[in-house]
Amino acid sequence: MKKHWYDYLWVVSLTYLILGLFNIIFAWLGLLCFFIPLMIAVAKGNKAYCNRYCGRGQLFGMLGGGLGLSRKKDIPRWMKSRGFRYGFLIFFLVMFFQMLWNTYLVFAGVRDLQQAVTLLWTFKLPWRWAYHGMASASWTAQFAFGFYSVMLTSTILGFITMILFKPRSWCVYCPMGTMTQLICKSRKHFSGCQCRDADGGSCRGKAEI
Amino acid sequence: MDKVIKKKRKAFVDQRHCVACGCCMKVCPMSAIRIVSGIMAEVDRDKCVGCGKCAEECPAAVITVQGGL
Repeated sequence: MKKHWYDYLWVVSLTYLILGLFNIIFAWLGLLCFFIPLMIAVAKGNKAYCNRYCGRGQLFGMLGGGLGLSRKKDIPRWMKSRGFRYGFLIFFLVMFFQMLWNTYLVFAGVRDLQQAVTLLWTFKLPWRWAYHGMASASWTAQFAFGFYSVMLTSTILGFITMILFKPRSWCVYCPMGTMTQLICKSRKHFSGCQCRDADGGSCRGKAEI
Repeated sequence: MDKVIKKKRKAFVDQRHCVACGCCMKVCPMSAIRIVSGIMAEVDRDKCVGCGKCAEECPAAVITVQGGL
């Protein structure tokens, strides 16, 4: 099958993770992975980001499929249930807002900058070597540490489910994927069938909401 | 002579549980799958040859290949 430029976006995802090892401020770039899928879902009413541009999904696809690190077993039924997917989205958002609150506390001068990356919302790893700077305000670094923690945690979870189940199992419960699908559903619900699919084809009105 | 009716193999998507990730669309050699409105995958049954690549790839395991003898 013909390769497109966007089939190589896994390089960007990998580079992002590596850059965070050297300079934590690069973690801010990860916001693109949050805003681009949301903007596409809101403006276009599709999941083109997941379908084409998600470098993380491509990375899991390559490691699990190409390199054979995945057992390629079916994901358990409960993991693909709406209850788990929506529950994980809510949990993820709560943790995200807690990270924003910590950033605010540093901004307000209530708390000192914590130069650590928190894995799986629990384990604090010292990450001092990746912070070089007085050039930026300490809250920007706090946000970077927090955001990189989110990205690294989701990568680890995705990697574990990649090994246990199918390569792209992360896509089943990815909070961004769940959120964009919800946006697409609501958009369709409220605006009828004006939406477009990833190829620009118009919806045929068959979608069940 | 009795006619043997062969039912062609086709992919079916359990659309209620589809997460619309698009993995199936990427691997389909016939370009027979599209993601409708970011909500679910839909198989063009005229194009589908029932190869099963989509079912193999689907991370949510919501695609099955049915039909055949």
